Amino acid sequence: MPSLDQIFALNGGALQLRGQRLNMLASNIANASTPGYKARDLDFDLAMKQTQNGRPLDQAMNDHTGYRIPLQPSLDGNTVELSVEQTLFAENAIQYRTTLSFMQDQVSSIRRALKGE
Amino acid sequence: MGSMNVFDVAGRAMSAQMVRLNTTASNLANARTDYSSKDEAFRAMRPVFRSVVENNLATVDVDRIVKTDAEPQKRYDPSNPVADKEGYVWEAAVDETAELIDMLETARNYQNNVQVMQTAKSLILETVRNQ
Repeated sequence: MPSLDQIFALNGGALQLRGQRLNMLASNIANASTPGYKARDLDFDLAMKQTQNGRPLDQAMNDHTGYRIPLQPSLDGNTVELSVEQTLFAENAIQYRTTLSFMQDQVSSIRRALKGE
Repeated sequence: MGSMNVFDVAGRAMSAQMVRLNTTASNLANARTDYSSKDEAFRAMRPVFRSVVENNLATVDVDRIVKTDAEPQKRYDPSNPVADKEGYVWEAAVDETAELIDMLETARNYQNNVQVMQTAKSLILETVRNQ
């Protein structure tokens, strides 16, 4: 029988990565008018693949964090484009909620099994 | 300093934008004021933003506030009480249009950070409650 850690490994890892990506996008939005700031982002798909191969989460995150290539570079060297960042932020929040609801379903099914309903 | 979280990021960014709004307000308040010499004429102020990076988070602080090097304009106005001997006054070096545009951008950035905070708050609460 798998341990609880194993049961929640997939969604738990995904949730942590989504949380980290939320932080990164929040940092980009916070620095929307800082001269010279370079926007960063996490490639969720690649990082998730790496954690599924048994790599630690921190390493997967560092390996797949990169700088954003701006659609239109600005003179002050800032690469934050608010339209891009806001869209990705909203998308990431929805994906976080989706993963969370998968996890809640898992918890409630285990609970049901324990109660013997 | 301990570790930062998403609320520190958005909160400090909001403080920085607030400083920017205050300088804009000061600049607009002093626009169209007259002075009797070029040296004492008011020059617009601007905050200089600098990002503060910690682990995967980056927030923003106001590094310093600088005076712009815009030149005050000389105007002939002998009836003005502050006019010099030749009848000239110097107008404050404030570009009102630029200030108003800056104000709009500040307000938008502030709103974005509020939105980030609200989203982060609701996600965290949903995670903690977990049914």
